[in-house]
Amino acid sequence: MTQNHEEHGHHEHGSELSEMQLRVRALETVLAEKGYIDPAAIDVIIEAYETKVGPHNGARVVAKAWSDPAFKQALLADASRAIVALGLMNRVGDHLIAVENTPRQHNMIVCTLCSCYPWEVLGLPPVWYKSAPYRSRAVNDPRGVLADFGLTLPAGTAIRVWDSTAETRFIVLPMRPAGTEGWSEEKLAALVTRDSMVGTGLPKNPKDA
Amino acid sequence: MDGVHDMGGMHGFGKVEPEPNEPVFHAAWEGHCLALNRAMGYAGLWTIDQTRAGIEELPPDVYLTSSYYKKWALRLENMVVKHGLAGADEIAAGHATRPGKTLKRKLTAAEVPNTLTRGSYARPAPKPARFAPGDRVRTRNIHPATHTRLPRYARGKVGVVEAVRGCHVFPDSAALGKGDDPQWLYTVLFEGRELWGDNAEASLKISIEAFEPYLEPA
Repeated sequence: MTQNHEEHGHHEHGSELSEMQLRVRALETVLAEKGYIDPAAIDVIIEAYETKVGPHNGARVVAKAWSDPAFKQALLADASRAIVALGLMNRVGDHLIAVENTPRQHNMIVCTLCSCYPWEVLGLPPVWYKSAPYRSRAVNDPRGVLADFGLTLPAGTAIRVWDSTAETRFIVLPMRPAGTEGWSEEKLAALVTRDSMVGTGLPKNPKDA
Repeated sequence: MDGVHDMGGMHGFGKVEPEPNEPVFHAAWEGHCLALNRAMGYAGLWTIDQTRAGIEELPPDVYLTSSYYKKWALRLENMVVKHGLAGADEIAAGHATRPGKTLKRKLTAAEVPNTLTRGSYARPAPKPARFAPGDRVRTRNIHPATHTRLPRYARGKVGVVEAVRGCHVFPDSAALGKGDDPQWLYTVLFEGRELWGDNAEASLKISIEAFEPYLEPA
């Protein structure tokens, strides 16, 4: 992606965008002229986050856990190690923790202090995850937050919120939807949404897949 | 720092508004901003905790009214100037007028793939862990004016140690440039009503990741 693509951005904050385009370009120019950054590296970083790093990685991990009980056990014991051993991804940073949803407990991930999020398995966090409404309410009104996502859990399902206040990172292992018996991992992965791995959604309905 | 960034439990911010089919970046400058931050972070002049502190130190009105990547851009400008890497005059002009300093290392395109994996924050333990799973602990009622990862809503509260996560870099020290100062890290679980009283539903549970200096036996 180059700076020529800016017209594809959202325009509701048009004046800020123009200001920020100029401001970031100025900073980048100065840093390059000083010899601190390699513009080619900047392009490779942007491309990686646009194309390689994303929730499709986490979805494959979840589908594998749904299909392979031994992997699921290893994932819940040490997610970083289990994912690397699986060879799904070359490397996963340390301290990744998978937490399992059950009919009795639904897990939700938040970072109230900033925006900590498991980038390697879910990609960059969406705007809502970093927003004041989510960060303020996830810890004291999680059921209300789920309602904002159109999700109503059974009253008997308790909510457990994980505030990511250190370098540990969390991914939710959602429950496997009924009616998916015999499905391939690839087909299962297509049901796994980003929000279902943050705890603000559920996997897609197999009938809609 | 008791700043506006410490949002857990605050009222008045309204509904969460998920954006369907949200793009990775909403404008090209956001991608450039992220990449510049990553590339400059690679140079090793500051730690991740110093960058978090750099966001928290933005004026409250700026913090609350700036988009995520705008905060990153403002923070990077501040850090570049603070570390003497460029002058505010140069950033304002959009061109370097003086030669740059020599940095320890510079991120090349070939090296980028190796930087997409987070490093480890685990460190050798200088002493045994004070707490074990099942221990009742009370978080300390601390209010440092500098960076901390103990959120306000969880200070002076009683919880239970659920897991020991190893010994990690201590952000409160690392943010001040005082080195890693490794401390044991625990997942501490609280009843919703311990934190929020009757406002919380009875079954709600919340955990934080708490460093040992944040905790005392309860």
